Amino acid sequence: MDILVCIKQVPGSNNVEVDPVTGVLKRDGVKSKMNPYDLYGLELGLSLVERYGGTLKVITMGPPQAKDAVIEAICMGAKEGTVLTDRKFAGADVLATAYTISQGIKKMGNFDIIICGKQTTDGDTAQVGAEVSEFLSIPNVANVLSVEKIEDGKAVLVASLDEKVVTMSVKMPCLISADGDINSPRLPSFKVKQQVTEDMIKFVTFEDFEDKNPDNYGLSGSATQVERIFPPEKNTEKCVIDGTAEQQAEKLSAILRDRKIV
Amino acid sequence: MYNKITDDDIKLLCTIAGEENVLSGDAISPDYGHDELGGIEKMPEVLVRVHKTEEIAQIMKLAWEKTIPVTVRGSGTGLVGSAVPVEGGILLETTQMNKILELDKNNLTVTVQPGVLLMELAAFAEENDFLYPPDPGEKSATIGGNISTNAGGMRAVKYGVTRDYVRELTVVTPKGEILVLGGKVAKNSSGYSLKDLVVGSEGTLCIITEAVLKLVPLPKVSISLLVPFPDMKSAIEAVPQIIRSKVTPTAIEYMSRDTILFSESYLGKKFPDTKNDAYILLTFDGNTDAQVEEDMKNVAELCLEIGALDAYIVDTEERKKAVWSARGAFLEAIKASTTEMDECDVVVPVDKVDEFIKFTHKLAEETGVRIPSFGHAGDGNLHVYICRDQLNNDEWEDVLSKCFDCMYQKAKELGGLVSGEHGIGFAKKEYLKELLGETPISLMQGIKKVFDEKNILNPGKICF
Repeated sequence: MDILVCIKQVPGSNNVEVDPVTGVLKRDGVKSKMNPYDLYGLELGLSLVERYGGTLKVITMGPPQAKDAVIEAICMGAKEGTVLTDRKFAGADVLATAYTISQGIKKMGNFDIIICGKQTTDGDTAQVGAEVSEFLSIPNVANVLSVEKIEDGKAVLVASLDEKVVTMSVKMPCLISADGDINSPRLPSFKVKQQVTEDMIKFVTFEDFEDKNPDNYGLSGSATQVERIFPPEKNTEKCVIDGTAEQQAEKLSAILRDRKIV
Repeated sequence: MYNKITDDDIKLLCTIAGEENVLSGDAISPDYGHDELGGIEKMPEVLVRVHKTEEIAQIMKLAWEKTIPVTVRGSGTGLVGSAVPVEGGILLETTQMNKILELDKNNLTVTVQPGVLLMELAAFAEENDFLYPPDPGEKSATIGGNISTNAGGMRAVKYGVTRDYVRELTVVTPKGEILVLGGKVAKNSSGYSLKDLVVGSEGTLCIITEAVLKLVPLPKVSISLLVPFPDMKSAIEAVPQIIRSKVTPTAIEYMSRDTILFSESYLGKKFPDTKNDAYILLTFDGNTDAQVEEDMKNVAELCLEIGALDAYIVDTEERKKAVWSARGAFLEAIKASTTEMDECDVVVPVDKVDEFIKFTHKLAEETGVRIPSFGHAGDGNLHVYICRDQLNNDEWEDVLSKCFDCMYQKAKELGGLVSGEHGIGFAKKEYLKELLGETPISLMQGIKKVFDEKNILNPGKICF
């Protein structure tokens, strides 16, 4: 069983500021971490390797320092990882990102299951997984809660479809997006961190790809353009309700009715 | 002896505190007759929800004049019956006095009313880029309660306990006089430290109505390490070696697989690792990544050298939440795993922790009773629980008394004390007498008499 998990490095805090002029996230001086949703995918993949054998690798796209996310994945149990990094990849929207990752995956070899997190905590689009599967022409299942079993070249999955939970059988190779909070991701091992070597992390650039048409990557390969990024309006208004429990309940109820919340 | 409360007294209390804040008889919820664990139940005759220092002063004048016992209660999260009105009388609830009054950024202090919850104070400090270091597991306790028990918590290894952060207290004496003890000052050699005497006095000397607490700048970086060991013996034996390494972690907690599994079942949430029998959980904090990572690396390497199976890095908000929320739920989780339990909150010198834990394991084997434990390995304060499980009442009382006698005797032998942070209250006073001996107890009784010669404030606790 060969598994690939797609991971992304995101800002380490949920309170990253947006530059009001350029609309770009202020990443300078902000620590990075692995996208929390990818951790569920990684844990799902590692548990499959424990059950069925095989290896798990990871792939990420980003600046060279995105290798830290790969090291973290290795500390959690991945065998090795690839960083797709090139200035030509910069400014990619979901389409160009998905295309770049699909090219990277082709370069890495064949996998039985490719796992993505549900979404990232910085982009929140939840589209890259599905688009990668499209570029690779393999089936895709989103919101996967668990993998029940793997047999006869098929994976039996449980996935959440809004109000329904469905069990389905999917032919491998396939790409699945793990839902959030489906497991308790294991912690990175300090012992393994001491043993990480350079050859476990591979850097792949534009020049390494089969498709060398620059119009398919980065800003020029993007179908969409972000006009403006702005933080949601914050309401810091606070209201402290005093009085006995009964008085507080009455006042709260009046406020909720007044604002037409109930 | 004490007088019962009359209808006239209730009318006077209503005049002082407002009719809506005075409850009597069946109107008082049974919750006010006990705390979380103290093993003692007694309802107050009257419950008064107080709002102001002056109100409390008037109530105390009335109680003093009429010789009515008064007990103070915060959130009721105590574990030794301190807030249980064992003589009936008036129960003063301070939870309505829950305002944060001032943040003094020049003197690094915060002024609070006693009913502010620990979690509210912690969040307020953090929002303002400060840290209020005392960090007991029970975050819904009030600050008044924390000061009254000199609560400790997980960060005591590096930062000390509540007493170290109390600068000034406004109190009401049993006679109804309002006093300010200590001051917003960093040093104080001005006679006997009455403020420090009130800290940890469990509401027996006077009533805390306002507190000025010291804050420290919020450390910018913190990382925890979860270190698995093959067994509890090797885990506990590693602690003195970590301390000798001169790196000062903020916290050093020990926990067994069993306790983690109780917590998983209680919270309905899997812990990130349960493959090993014993764990030490450490935290390091500081202002730079380089410094904190260096400390973490040194301790991780040391742990691996002395037999740890690995050292897991707990570095993000999500990972910290997964690990520390389980740790915070241990008490409730053990409670939920049995029919009844009682607790021993001993503190022993740090280099005797392993000996004490091994002793509790032997005791569990000898008595056939389950004795899970967890606690602050880094400061010697252990939380050891005797679980009743399926024992009948007589068996339970027998085994409980035997276990407590043995454990407090052992603590004494090792140079330890009865309570590290939960206090003495009603439940542990016999053990305090046994461990301290006659003279210290009579000194305590003398101090109590100077403050409260009628013994109306929280009677029947600590040394009486």
